[in-house]
Amino acid sequence: MTLELSHFSAALLFSIFASVVFGITQRSATRDMVRYGLYCFALFLGGVLLAGWVMWLLRH
Amino acid sequence: MANSPATKNVAARAEVSQPITNMSVIVPAVAWLIPGAGHLIQKRWIRGVLLMVSIVTMFVLGLLMDGRVYRLNGGDILDILGFIGDVGAGGLYIVTRAMDLGQGAIAHATADYGTKFLIVAGLLNFISVADAYHIAIGKKP
Repeated sequence: MTLELSHFSAALLFSIFASVVFGITQRSATRDMVRYGLYCFALFLGGVLLAGWVMWLLRH
Repeated sequence: MANSPATKNVAARAEVSQPITNMSVIVPAVAWLIPGAGHLIQKRWIRGVLLMVSIVTMFVLGLLMDGRVYRLNGGDILDILGFIGDVGAGGLYIVTRAMDLGQGAIAHATADYGTKFLIVAGLLNFISVADAYHIAIGKKP
């Protein structure tokens, strides 16, 4: 069985899992963990969208 | 300058070594072998389960995407780094190698994503091991 994800869905899954691990491991208090995890997720996703638009602009 | 109070402080802190306890030795080994287990044996249930689910799912997705699992090699630097990343997944890597998975030729774009998922899962487990160790020595609650 081969899983074929789109680039965006692969990046989305990557962001979720990496953010969970970063949030738990890089902060001490539970509230800070959640906030940092969400912050990382936003940066990951924002970076993906930004890079996507930059590539679109370069192509056009 | 070498004997300034700040330098002495740093040196004094470096000299205060953490006592070696059973947990400080066992926890990193268990955490490496089974992702998230280092937190679970220290009763950090939610953190352990979240780490386990995240790392195992990422590794399995990498395999499902036909990602390549690196073997021990002495060739290209990227291959060596890929191996180091993969090995971080501990037991998952051992089982995968034992079952001879992840050895197919990369035939489509998502397979390359899969390779990266496998490496990053291992690297995330390294971070998880360090975190479990810090909990074991009392550096983190």
